[in-house]
Amino acid sequence: MSGPDPLDPATLEQAGTGALAAFAAARSLPELAVTRTEHLGDRSPVALARRAIAGLPGPQKAEAGKRVHALAQSSQAAYEARKVELERQRDERVLAEEAVDVTVLPERPDGARHPLTTISERVADVFVAMGWELAEGPEVEHEWFNFDALNFGGDHPAREMQDTLFVEPAGSGLVLRTHTSPVQVRSMLDRELPVHVVCPGRVYRADALDATHSPVFAQVEGLCVDEGITMAHLRGTLDHLATAVFGEGLRTRIRPNYFPFTEPSAELDLQCFACRGASAGSGAEPCRVCASEGWIEWGGCGMVHPAVLVACGIDPERYSGFAFGMGLERTLMFRHGIESIRDFYEGDSRFTLSLRSEA
Amino acid sequence: MRVPISWLRTLVPGLTACADEIAARLVRAGLEVEQVHRVGQDVRGVVVAEVLDVQDLTGFAKPIRFCHVSVGQRTHEVVCGATNFAAGDRVAFARPGAVLPGGVDIATRRTYGHTSDGMICSGAELGLTSDAAGILVLPASAPLGGDVVDLLAMRDEVLDIAVTPDRGYQLSVRGVAREAATAFGLALRDPGLEPAAAPSPDGFPVRVEDPELCSRYVARIVYGLDPLARSPLELQRRLTLSGMRSISLAVDVTNAVLLELGQPLHAFDLDALSGAIVVRTARTGERLRTLDGVDRELSEQDLLITDGSGPIALAGVMGGGPTEVTSATTALLIESAHFAPRSVARTARRHRLPSEASRRYERGVDPALAGAAAERAVQLLVELGGATAGPVSDVDGRRPRPALRLPVTAPGRLAGRDYPADVVRRRLQDVGCHVTGAEVLDVVPPPWRPDLAGAADLIEEVVRLEGYDTIPVVLPSAPAGRGLTTQQRLRRTASRSLAAAGLVEVVTPPFVGDEVLASLGGAMTCPRLVNPLSAEESLLRPTLLASLAAAVVRNVSRGITDVALYESGCVFIGSGQSAPSPGVDGPPTAEQRAALDAALPSQPRHVGVAFAGDRASWDAPLSVLVALGRELGLDLDVRAAAADPYHPGRAGELLLDGQRVGLAGELHPRVVAALGLPARTCAGEANLDVLVEAAARRGPPQAVPLSPFPPAAVDVALVVAREVPAAEVEAALRAGAGPLLEGLRLFDVYTGPQVGEGRRSLAYALRLRAPDRTLTDVEVLSTRDAAVAEAARRTGARLRA
Ligand SMILES: [Zn+2]
Repeated sequence: MSGPDPLDPATLEQAGTGALAAFAAARSLPELAVTRTEHLGDRSPVALARRAIAGLPGPQKAEAGKRVHALAQSSQAAYEARKVELERQRDERVLAEEAVDVTVLPERPDGARHPLTTISERVADVFVAMGWELAEGPEVEHEWFNFDALNFGGDHPAREMQDTLFVEPAGSGLVLRTHTSPVQVRSMLDRELPVHVVCPGRVYRADALDATHSPVFAQVEGLCVDEGITMAHLRGTLDHLATAVFGEGLRTRIRPNYFPFTEPSAELDLQCFACRGASAGSGAEPCRVCASEGWIEWGGCGMVHPAVLVACGIDPERYSGFAFGMGLERTLMFRHGIESIRDFYEGDSRFTLSLRSEA
Repeated sequence: MRVPISWLRTLVPGLTACADEIAARLVRAGLEVEQVHRVGQDVRGVVVAEVLDVQDLTGFAKPIRFCHVSVGQRTHEVVCGATNFAAGDRVAFARPGAVLPGGVDIATRRTYGHTSDGMICSGAELGLTSDAAGILVLPASAPLGGDVVDLLAMRDEVLDIAVTPDRGYQLSVRGVAREAATAFGLALRDPGLEPAAAPSPDGFPVRVEDPELCSRYVARIVYGLDPLARSPLELQRRLTLSGMRSISLAVDVTNAVLLELGQPLHAFDLDALSGAIVVRTARTGERLRTLDGVDRELSEQDLLITDGSGPIALAGVMGGGPTEVTSATTALLIESAHFAPRSVARTARRHRLPSEASRRYERGVDPALAGAAAERAVQLLVELGGATAGPVSDVDGRRPRPALRLPVTAPGRLAGRDYPADVVRRRLQDVGCHVTGAEVLDVVPPPWRPDLAGAADLIEEVVRLEGYDTIPVVLPSAPAGRGLTTQQRLRRTASRSLAAAGLVEVVTPPFVGDEVLASLGGAMTCPRLVNPLSAEESLLRPTLLASLAAAVVRNVSRGITDVALYESGCVFIGSGQSAPSPGVDGPPTAEQRAALDAALPSQPRHVGVAFAGDRASWDAPLSVLVALGRELGLDLDVRAAAADPYHPGRAGELLLDGQRVGLAGELHPRVVAALGLPARTCAGEANLDVLVEAAARRGPPQAVPLSPFPPAAVDVALVVAREVPAAEVEAALRAGAGPLLEGLRLFDVYTGPQVGEGRRSLAYALRLRAPDRTLTDVEVLSTRDAAVAEAARRTGARLRA
């Protein structure tokens, strides 16, 4: 063996100092790996010193071993610390390099359901949650369901209140239903009593399309027939619906009116959801939504006329019922500030997209 | 119905509330007061003036006068176009700075070469009469400089009431006054109760052939009417405020009675009548030239007033020309009758002749009124026209109305609150009913309320007069429900799936024109409307594509370049049949019901999609509809199909268990051009009802066992003839691979020299997995070979080298 004694304390000390300095000076993980081979590898001063211990006499072994072990430990620790530090720096650099502009999003095609679809479902869900059922019927309907069974006499002027679109063959009795009430007739004929149904659907009138009229529009009607049904139940149901659709605390009001199929009949007003009725009366802040009336016309309702029950095979002495109906466009126009009923039926995708949220 | 408040007050003497309060109370009682018009409130600066001198100006196209008028201390010079006045007359003069109805400002101006320092007003300009040609000449007693608004009581309010069809009595000041009196708890001065002269044998001869159609006919003779007599200003003012024109004294008087009592009157020129009045239905071939100058062919169902010469009036609708009252008429026969609502309604509709009279008859006129109404008219003609009252005839075929029975608790039971018995009785009496009985009331409705036909009608009267706002609010409890049906839930799923795929839902009217339908091709029959809104769109769509195409065009025309739309809606297929209406005394029999339902055309719900612009690609409609099927739990197969209105090489039919349920693809270029669509517009349509029913029949999906063993992946590239559809290759691979095949994906399609002319290579990735073991290499390869072998057998495929 030639050269300096690997176990010489000064040599060991120098090797230790050299290792610490070398690790600290390593600038990268590859550099550190090279340095590690140099100071902790097989040919490093520590390795040489370990091997030299074997040749020492017994009594000196322990002391030399302690010194060499201390050197190995401190060098290893310095190496590990430096490695952790360099890895941290590398990870940081990689993450920094991987940064992107998160505001650049690939375009996803935008879809939406029509507000008339979502409001129909919303109203139906309110009633389904109360145990009612959703009923449907045909849009081309026989006059018997659309008029006769609903107590519209053949020459009753009320038959002309609704400008009806007739379907060929002329005189066949086929019409485009003018309201969803024929669904009520079908429900009373086809279902077991008691009947609790909600009927949303498209209906038709011979009105040209303008800002407030449309030949096609959407209605929702409800019908409840059971023993002991009263106008109080009608009011309770309407208040519940108003709250469910427009929010807590809104009330409804009914005013006497005329429909052939209900008696008593009533016009249904909804407390203005914008001003909550506060705009009514002189001196108050004017309200655009309700023209400062405090109420907005929402629909019609009443107690099912005994003649209608009879035509549907229900004993009016034993059963009574209420029915109500409202236009869904009107409901949506209030809720979303829609200005023209045209917008519902022109198919402009901007309209549907702007109202897609079911909030 | 327009009701001047001043007129209303004359019938409810104690009524002092303001117009708004009256309107509010009437609304609460169920009258639809649409508006309260205020008249004369804004008029200022119109004073009584005396005309000092009149100078006719010449050289103008129409007569023009230059006058001096005095308002007392001051004299004004004024230019005027009317000629019905002379120096010394007192007139309504708008001074400079005056305001006329409607906010018209009057100022000094230069006209016809003179300074006009104000304006002499006509009745129309003051909103008092309908006379716009002549100026309003005031009585000589009118004080110079006095305010014309005060002098003529021009300030008034007018209630505009929409009258529902059941409440004809509200088409009169009397009817509205009754409601107002009830609403305020005041007494009504009912002009319908005034005594009338009794009929006498020398009355005009009248015979009624059909008392069912004419239950009452009162005829009154009036002689010696001054044909020059004019309606006084107050009468003209009432008519004008009520929305009628002043025409002549005789006509004005009949109109005033019509408005006040609701009883239509007709005045015949007595000298033009020949022989007795006979009320009967028309005979075949009879004609009548009505007041509007139209020569009408009469129907045998028209009820007529006739005399010896034939028809002289359509009963309750319109009089005839030859017996019309003219400016020379001095003797009248006044008709005050009751005609059956249904008959008048039919005649008015048949001849398209709605009139003030027919509106009232259709809704029911009070048959008890005929005498009092005729009396009132005669009195006015005597008083205002110097006439002499002649004899009366009265053919009275009225029958007493039966009493309705009403348990006194019935209103409370239906309303959901209690009404004391005395309240029920009093409210029925308020509306004019005669009430007897205690526990069960016998109620005879008043003659002006034909709508009170059953207990429910009486209940409504009690409940409305006590106020709907006094009814409690109670939520009824429904039986436990079953929620939406499977079909209803699946339909929602279908709609959501299309929206989630990036399509925007539209709702379109179902009207379509022959031309559009023809351009879509295919022999589709669909129902036609009898009275379409537009002759160009008289069909009910048998396909959603027509409406969707129109929506695409509209979007594109509004600058939206990337369009993807869908609609879920009914289509109408085939045509309807006639079916007689069953009665309404009970439910239809099973046969009647079946006939009603069978009469309807088929109306399935379809779902349609359309893509145009950036996202238009032949595969888009096919893949969204296949995805929709998957959302419903259905595997739809696609097969090439050449069908209208699609591109013959770029469209497919959607099959469910081999049955066509839809079509989709790129539209035929001819269709694209015909409908003005962007090039390469793509579309599709499927029968949603069929899909939903099939899905519902399938019932709940069953879970697949989730194998814990690893899958094996293996790719195959197959070369097939170009016209072999990939779907067939795929089906063969699936069949050949058998149950170990978990998934299969086409990942590459190649055509080119390497595979040869007329051929293409389809590369599939197969994922194999066994439920109970890890597959061995041998199993994987043999499965692959079996799949390839089946593909080779069915499609001639060979493994790509
Ligand atoms: Zn408001």
